[in-house]
Amino acid sequence: MSDTTQTLAKPTSSTTGVKEAIVEIVSDSGEGAQKCGQSLGKISARMGNGVWTVEIIPAEIQPPARSREGASGIRVRIGQEEITNMGDQAHLVVALNEQVLFGRIEQNAYKAGTYLLIDNKWAEHTSPDIRRGYLDAILRFKKLGYIIHEIPIEKECLKLVSDARRGKNMWVLGLLCYIYDRDMDLATEQVKSIFQKKTDEVIRKNLDLLNAGYQWAEQNLELHFPIPARQIDEEIVVMNGNEAISLGVMAAGMEVCSMYPITPATSATHGMAETIQSAGGIIHQAEDEIAAIGFAIGASYAGKTAVTITSGPGIALKTEFIGLASMAEIPLVIIDVQRGGPSTGLPTKVEQGDLLAVLYGTPGDAPKFILAPSTIEECFHYVILARKLAEAFRIPVFVLSDANLATGVQPFKRPKIKEEWFASELDQHPWDTDIRPYEWDEDTGISKRPIPGQKGGVYTLTGLAHDEGSRVAYDSSINQRAMEARSRKLATLKDTLKPPKIHGDPSGDLLLVGWGSTRGAIEEAVSRAREKGASVSCVQLHFLNPLEPGLKEIFQRFKQVMTVEINYSDTLGHPHITEENRRYAQLAWYLRAQTLVDIDCFSHVFGQPMSPFRILKMLEEKLDKKLID
Amino acid sequence: MIAVNPDACEMVIPDGIFRLEDYTSSKARWCSGCGAHSILNAVKLLCKEEQLPPEKTVFVSGIGCSGRFPHYMKTYGFHGLHGRAFPVASGVKFRRPDLHVFVITGDGDCCSIGAGHWVHAIRYNMKMVALLFDNSIYGLTKKQTSPTSPMGTMTNTHPTGSVLPPINPIQSTLGLPNVSFVAQTVDWKPAHLQATIQKAYEHPGLAFVRIVQRCPVFMHDTYEPTVKDPDAITVLNHEKGIKLSEKELMKFRHVIEHDPADIVKAREVAELVKKTLPIGLFYQNKEAVRYDEYGAHNMGISIPDRMKAIDHLMDRYAV
Ligand SMILES: Cc1ncc(C[n+]2csc(CCOP(=O)(O)OP(=O)(O)O)c2C)c(N)n1
Ligand code: SF4
Repeated sequence: MSDTTQTLAKPTSSTTGVKEAIVEIVSDSGEGAQKCGQSLGKISARMGNGVWTVEIIPAEIQPPARSREGASGIRVRIGQEEITNMGDQAHLVVALNEQVLFGRIEQNAYKAGTYLLIDNKWAEHTSPDIRRGYLDAILRFKKLGYIIHEIPIEKECLKLVSDARRGKNMWVLGLLCYIYDRDMDLATEQVKSIFQKKTDEVIRKNLDLLNAGYQWAEQNLELHFPIPARQIDEEIVVMNGNEAISLGVMAAGMEVCSMYPITPATSATHGMAETIQSAGGIIHQAEDEIAAIGFAIGASYAGKTAVTITSGPGIALKTEFIGLASMAEIPLVIIDVQRGGPSTGLPTKVEQGDLLAVLYGTPGDAPKFILAPSTIEECFHYVILARKLAEAFRIPVFVLSDANLATGVQPFKRPKIKEEWFASELDQHPWDTDIRPYEWDEDTGISKRPIPGQKGGVYTLTGLAHDEGSRVAYDSSINQRAMEARSRKLATLKDTLKPPKIHGDPSGDLLLVGWGSTRGAIEEAVSRAREKGASVSCVQLHFLNPLEPGLKEIFQRFKQVMTVEINYSDTLGHPHITEENRRYAQLAWYLRAQTLVDIDCFSHVFGQPMSPFRILKMLEEKLDKKLID
Repeated sequence: MIAVNPDACEMVIPDGIFRLEDYTSSKARWCSGCGAHSILNAVKLLCKEEQLPPEKTVFVSGIGCSGRFPHYMKTYGFHGLHGRAFPVASGVKFRRPDLHVFVITGDGDCCSIGAGHWVHAIRYNMKMVALLFDNSIYGLTKKQTSPTSPMGTMTNTHPTGSVLPPINPIQSTLGLPNVSFVAQTVDWKPAHLQATIQKAYEHPGLAFVRIVQRCPVFMHDTYEPTVKDPDAITVLNHEKGIKLSEKELMKFRHVIEHDPADIVKAREVAELVKKTLPIGLFYQNKEAVRYDEYGAHNMGISIPDRMKAIDHLMDRYAV
């Protein structure tokens, strides 16, 4: 035994219960940490707790074992109330080896006082290097103020199974169930459901591991932080944003999902791959992103409004077709699960980097709608909304998600699938030949489109400037008129929208403005700051084109307005950076132009989701007020 | 069918019958003498012969002189982006097996900017007719080198002559997996052109037809000799190939037998181009896998059943 092996920590248990806890399970890849964390999340969701889980994924498929860059695992944040983001530093970590923790420490995932529960098998490893590495690490962790528990995970598991690699995760699940006082009946059901396709023998073994972990913790650990359960009366589903998108695509009744693989968007297609065929649709994996959108456009033109799913680099390739869809008024849903950087760079990491590219990336003017879901539940519903808008307005509609939503898992009320969400039957009635294929309504800009198969409706759709009859326009005034009609659709939609809801007071010292996945972190930071007496509110934009109405009026009620985004902006005070040449974060840039309000921004590109802590730190400085205990 | 009343000297054509005019839209704006005109006529004739309902017929084109084609047909049309006709057409066909889809593409459109899509369209093998209008030059943008320009062609981008050997679209297509129909014809032999397009239309899969097309404006010197020289063309003849009447066949000096079932031979014959232009059916396989059949295989599931499937998946996320 190493000399660092200690008697168990002093009683730190809380019997009254804690409000929330952030737990991480980290290991080499392939050790089932994610399954363990997902199960903990599901059990907690069934207990009525708020949950947010996010996977910790190494860059390589098979990274070397016991390496800092190989950290694979999961973070689970559980609370009495709703949880909307991954939170700040972890409360407790279970690590199957000590090396993987270094990567997380670099990412500031832990703080002094974080409990580290580490498998102590490495202390007795046959390799002196490994033994030394382990001892050194433990010493360093102690210096950092973490509370260390070296626990015999593997040893205990080997009492029940011969290959501990395939079993430790269920033992750890049992351990965590004790620490956070999870309902063991629900845990038992969860384990059974994981292994439902396996033999009874396998199920029994895993249940034994679960119970053994629980009992070991009960007898040996004095860590006990019950998170009180909450009554729930509604059916709950637990999934990540990409899975929600998958379901949304099918529930929207779209028959064609055309894509080219790209992280972090691809898993949205994996989620539906098994089901979509019985749900009346097909995934088309195209030869590249250009073909993917071209194919979707072809299907849409032929009356089967399609969706194409991609990430930033794919958007870049699709740009010309997006312009065509806008100009030729083809309904189309484009889902962009944003990530960092161009084709290489931080490919799997989170960034909200595509707003301006999507808004303005097309050559010439190309109006399109842009929606930004801010929760997992919205990822589902916005896809359905997007198809409806696309068809009603005859326009491409973007749904901007990001890697944070894509991988974040949250419970929400189970949607009841409605028939009205589905695309209506293909209209093959004869077309009224008096109506031209682009007969723009003077007031709304909207026109009705003939669909191939409709007798009397024949027309040639063209990417060239065209008149109401879709005839190539050689007269320049036609182009002006057509552009006006297409642009008017934005204003028409805007007139149907309501101003966004303000979280906090309707006026005050500072208003934070966010879009998309940052909502949970921003709202939490604002609530915490308000508890400390700060005069700060926030608003999350869900429509980015057109923008929700009333923004300027809202902004004017605050002394300062600032966007919070996960993309790049210059920082005032850095060499050469002045008010005049500062490059703003994307939403800030856009809102400044739209409202002429002097909007500041707080943004970063660390490749990580926004955390409440980071926002609070910024607020402390900005408001010159202590907000963090 | 057509009701003729000789007493009143009238002929009544009921609604159901389509005449050439029913496929004719605005007047084609190609240069006079452009080979595209005769292709347009041949396609219209095919539509009439086959009585394709205009509303069930879709012409998808890219950009180039040829890209204007759909505008001159009174059917549904999609004049899209440079090089991207294939993906759009594939998307049109995917869930609409009831539509007759034609792809109109140029040599730059297909063999340069759209080359990736060309390769994959051949592999998808969806039932449609693809007509490659090959004038060996970039027409619309005014005489730049095309990937099919013969080496040494003087163009605005290579004033002293193009420097690379051209792509042979027939040979390239014959090298692709799942290829199912490859034919070549010329715009100035109307009977052969017509018979080729007809055969292509009947093919159960993607019928790829390269039509050597005159561009008198930019490529006068390239095509004039071929058009005039009776030795310039070799006809591939076979009972399973492009059918020409005895009389038509007699008009050609060089006729060889070629069995379109033989892909190895087809590739050899495609090489002939270095000496003489081979026209006819190089290869046909009616059994190749068809992606459009996959695309349409699960159509018509009722909404309640679709809802059930989604609900079933939702169960997996229920806690
Ligand atoms: C993305 C893009 N790049 C370039 C062009 C310009 N462009 C239009 S047609 C054409 C070449 C046409 O040549 P080809 O396909 O041989 O057709 P042709 O005009 O000879 O019929 C080019 C380069 C374009 N429209 N789009
Ligand atoms: S430039 Fe050539 S290809 Fe284009 S229309 Fe004129 S003749 Fe035809």
